[in-house]
Amino acid sequence: MSKYLLDKFLFTVDRDPELVERYREQPRATVEWWEAEYAGRLLGCHGGERSTWPRFDVVEREALATHDYPRLFELGAHPFLTLTLFIAMFERDYDEPLGFQHEYARRLAHHSLPYPDIST
Amino acid sequence: MAELVAVIASTHHPFYHRASTATGPDRPPFADEWVRKVEAFRETLTRAEPDVLVMVGSDHFHQLWLDNMPQFLVGKAPHYDANWYNEEREFGLPRMLFTGEEDLSAHLLRGGLDLGFDLAFSNELRIDHSITCPIITLRPQNDLPIVPVYTNIFAPPLPRPKRFVQLGQAIRELVESWPDERRVAVIGTGHLSLELGGPRQFGPHGPDPAFDRKAVEWIAAGDLEGCLSEVTLDSLWNPGNATHGFMDFMLMMGVAGEGRKADYTDTYDLFHTMEAYFTWYPDGGGAA
Repeated sequence: MSKYLLDKFLFTVDRDPELVERYREQPRATVEWWEAEYAGRLLGCHGGERSTWPRFDVVEREALATHDYPRLFELGAHPFLTLTLFIAMFERDYDEPLGFQHEYARRLAHHSLPYPDIST
Repeated sequence: MAELVAVIASTHHPFYHRASTATGPDRPPFADEWVRKVEAFRETLTRAEPDVLVMVGSDHFHQLWLDNMPQFLVGKAPHYDANWYNEEREFGLPRMLFTGEEDLSAHLLRGGLDLGFDLAFSNELRIDHSITCPIITLRPQNDLPIVPVYTNIFAPPLPRPKRFVQLGQAIRELVESWPDERRVAVIGTGHLSLELGGPRQFGPHGPDPAFDRKAVEWIAAGDLEGCLSEVTLDSLWNPGNATHGFMDFMLMMGVAGEGRKADYTDTYDLFHTMEAYFTWYPDGGGAA
């Protein structure tokens, strides 16, 4: 489990308009690129200083690569980060106001308290 | 010494800016009443004639991140840029620029440390909608210097509710001991029941109207004892997975004082979350 790295992916993609579109259109390729090139970046440091150890596990990588936000919720990814990024990618595909947000809630409706732990 | 002239607590619904500026068919049916309520709330700050604003809020994973996460942070910068790309994208919020009040920042930091709060600080802070929304609603001319105070209500492990209250009490003490003759208002924003990224999100009301009613009663009555007897880090998951932002309301109750009834209270039941507005006048002045 690497909840921190899941959150780091969501955080770094959500704040970059170009990455938001890349992840929407090519999720698996974007996840593979990000894990190879971005996962070890120390934010705020130049590229010569990197963490050497961050890796997704198989389940996390697949959840990201398939845009599986219910699975990300189950894995303990921070729900605010997941929601914000997925609204940016998919709200445009729904005609009704809040259509995607309501669909998002419906797909999580089988969850009850306590929700998965989001502590990193 | 400085005078604390108003203590103000509210929600920070990020869609207010878009709703209040929309026209024609884009203007939602609840916008007119929302604007009326916000303008009445704004008058409670205007009436206090503040010179400086201490702004309490919470970074929503914008500048503060899990590689270096402070629990409580005071901005100490001459200026603060504001709002982020994803807030422009999702909420239509504008880019903004604020002037800082570095002397008061330094006073809060030194005094806070001496009172036992290990405060973090930032000399280059880009603030987000937890602070810009109350500027838009309460002081849209953005003509006063600010001191941002950020709390961690997002990334466990969080400080406990009592610590938020204690920090509010300390902020009150420090504002009133600031060796300056200016008039200070402390404005803080938090959440009532709120769900984000979960099954109870974006309903026709907040996810837990019963909690909202009780929370508004606690705040309006200044009932810190009752609030602290029921609110814990564990209990706050029940009304919604983002309800830990209620601890910023508790911080503001600490600023206002135990048992201190709000001089102004208003609410507005909207989709997604209830809006709530509270003003206290510490010296009894300014009350309508």
